[in-house]
Amino acid sequence: MADLWLQFALTIDATLRVATPLILCAMAGLFSERSGIIDISLEGKMLMSAFAAASMAALTGSPLLGLAGGILVSVMLSLIHGFACITHKGNQVISGLAINILASGLTVTLGIALFAQGGQTPFLNKSERFTDIVLPFAEQAEHVPVLGTIYKEIISGHNLLVWVALFSVIVTGYVVFRTTFGLRLRAVGEKPEAVDSAGVSVSGLRFQAVIIAGVLCGIAGTYLSTAHGAGFIREMAAGKGYIALAALIFGKWRPVPALLACLMFGFMDALAARLQGVEIPVIGHISTDLILVLPYLLTVILLAGFIGKASPPRAIGVPYIKER
Amino acid sequence: MADKTISEARGDDSSPLAISLDNINKTFGSVQANKDVCLSVVPGTIHGIVGENGAGKSTLVSILYGFYSADSGTVAISGEPVRLRSSADAIAAGIGMVHQHFMLVPNFTVLENIILGHEGGSDLKAGGRQAEASLKGITERYGLSVDLQAAVQDLPVGLQQRVEILKALYRGARILILDEPTGVLTPQETEQLFDILRTLKAQGVTILLITHKLKEIMAVTDFVSVMRSGEMVDHLQTAQTNPQQLAQMMVGRPVLLDVGYQAAQAGQAMLNAEHLTVTETSGVTSLSDISFSVHQGEILGIAGVSGNGQSELLEVLAGIRKITSGTVQIGNRKITAEQPASPSEVKRLGLAHVPEDRHAMGLILPFTAAESAVLGYEYADLMGGRSPILSPAVMAAHCKTLMTSYDVRPAEPTLKSNLFSGGNQQKIVLARELSSQPAILLVGQPTRGVDIGAIEFIHKQLLAMRDKGCAVILVSVELDEIMSLSDRVMVMNEGKSMGIVRKADTDIQEIGLMMAGVTAAPPRQQKAK
Repeated sequence: MADLWLQFALTIDATLRVATPLILCAMAGLFSERSGIIDISLEGKMLMSAFAAASMAALTGSPLLGLAGGILVSVMLSLIHGFACITHKGNQVISGLAINILASGLTVTLGIALFAQGGQTPFLNKSERFTDIVLPFAEQAEHVPVLGTIYKEIISGHNLLVWVALFSVIVTGYVVFRTTFGLRLRAVGEKPEAVDSAGVSVSGLRFQAVIIAGVLCGIAGTYLSTAHGAGFIREMAAGKGYIALAALIFGKWRPVPALLACLMFGFMDALAARLQGVEIPVIGHISTDLILVLPYLLTVILLAGFIGKASPPRAIGVPYIKER
Repeated sequence: MADKTISEARGDDSSPLAISLDNINKTFGSVQANKDVCLSVVPGTIHGIVGENGAGKSTLVSILYGFYSADSGTVAISGEPVRLRSSADAIAAGIGMVHQHFMLVPNFTVLENIILGHEGGSDLKAGGRQAEASLKGITERYGLSVDLQAAVQDLPVGLQQRVEILKALYRGARILILDEPTGVLTPQETEQLFDILRTLKAQGVTILLITHKLKEIMAVTDFVSVMRSGEMVDHLQTAQTNPQQLAQMMVGRPVLLDVGYQAAQAGQAMLNAEHLTVTETSGVTSLSDISFSVHQGEILGIAGVSGNGQSELLEVLAGIRKITSGTVQIGNRKITAEQPASPSEVKRLGLAHVPEDRHAMGLILPFTAAESAVLGYEYADLMGGRSPILSPAVMAAHCKTLMTSYDVRPAEPTLKSNLFSGGNQQKIVLARELSSQPAILLVGQPTRGVDIGAIEFIHKQLLAMRDKGCAVILVSVELDEIMSLSDRVMVMNEGKSMGIVRKADTDIQEIGLMMAGVTAAPPRQQKAK
């Protein structure tokens, strides 16, 4: 019993680790999509910033400079997206797709050029990464039943960026629903004409939104390569950007439901990892591949029909053009 | 440059004009939307601008509200020359605008919509409280009460418009521009709006009213300026003019405002609808329990504010939309949910359909007029019956005949459909449908976006069809159109029929109440709202 409980606690702990980039990307998508800009380039931005952060950390030895590099590169991609979709009223899906393809190829090319390790960045030492923060008394708490396990295994022992991700949900909720900027952001995604006629720049608001999305994606990418992992591996985003987008839609473009959706996807992933090679009563051995496919399968099923009536921002995907 | 009418009317008053436009020019591509436009608006008056669609009214007010910048010319507000580069500039100059299509975020509350862009600080809550306090003063002063916490999408259109007015006043507007404000209102709501405008005027607000409805100009304005093809034709004192004169100025030639409706004897029923109900896949009931019949030699007008089920009714009768329950009977054919009819079958039963939206359903805009003129009639005997091959020469000749008899200009069958004006496009659709000699004619919004001259022609055609024994169902949101052509009127509200009245026994007031869903007729009873 106690063992099962520990296993459960460890799975929850893993859930948080796996869900962190999803949460950051979902919040990034929330800002962008609430402003009316579809952002499928979460994936590409995360991948590119993962590479930038790992390279920066490897070259300078500082994870914080790595983070700065990750954010910078991601924001630059956001600006390209904005330039195409906001300034030139381009198709938002195509632009996002282009960024994803660009990131996929460019990371490997640059990786080979810089480090000559087959597209990977060098292994990052502990000092070059965001390391786990063990909270005080975690070891002692081990002996307290239940609460002790929760404290030691779930709450303690996460790196800084996990906390940043959770904090970003609170900040997103506050900014979007309690501030003037949030009011305008939501308005511009619903009815840009109303914002324009109120004398506020539609393009300005949308650019702010995609830049915020860039910053959050940059943190997510940095997490992948310099906190969760110890270096960049090609295609390490592995569809997480798309899953975050699915979680955002599943959470109906709201911060807390989106967070819960991210945690659910994270849990599936963590569970899959735990169940590998485990003998389950009655069913027996489950194929590893089958387990790994679970989160993606769940995404498809949920999006296909179980989310009920999702009402996206009305103006999403529509470039704002003043009518004649 | 103050014009003569205004300076005469003002006498010695030397206070600055509220709005003074001088030689405004604006060109879009090859179209000159505004040509040397001058306008003087006296503070504290209601000033109307009339003109047909495309006369340049909307461009002019868009320039005034900073949506477009003029190519040349100057704008002065309250005597101060201003440069209006954005809506923010216009708002700062004290100009407020109530757009034809409301600039409201549907899922926001009234308060959120009002403060949007002028929240007063970054904390939404604090700003909201401040706004509420100052709005209280404004609502009391102008008598514009509205529930600030209600979601805008739940409010009736009349109240949404009130929110737009409040929004402008909250932003400190001393000049209010209203662009076609009555298009979506019932007659009673229109009257209420005019009362509000009069109150605003009494409080010193200057109002610029843009409309194509002469009745409204006569009812509420002090001065009126007439526009035609991008130019100002004249400025007049409303008290010294009449609708006939204004119409003539708008069109540039004498027009008949009355097409000479005469009551006629209706024959046998051609189409019977019984308990028609349509439920959408979303679960919304768009038509509920509608029963009526339409007879030979009769025009049945279907009145109602836009979006109350008229479009769905047209589509059901035309075979485009499926019935959920109830029947439509044409001759011996009973159309039901179990035995639906396709549009082509309905057409074979002798029904022709002039759709509401000619751009989406009536024509294919990039196709030539000749092609648009045979849509749906490709297999007619005239086109060679069942033969799959269409002869361009036959099509062109057919189109040319239609164009001549319906006075389509230019009468050029090879021209693309989108190069014709709204009125001429409508004539092409009408010609195509009427030339099939239908026993039943469905007409949706026949004169929407059509110039006065063409309106006159279209109305005459409809009356002529009726006199030839056709059963006509006319759907229109223009109540005047319904009243001038129909023999009987069915009024729709929220997908239901509020009753059918003979035109001779009713008036605009009664129909207005039915449109608002307040009373059903007959029997005439007040229903609690």
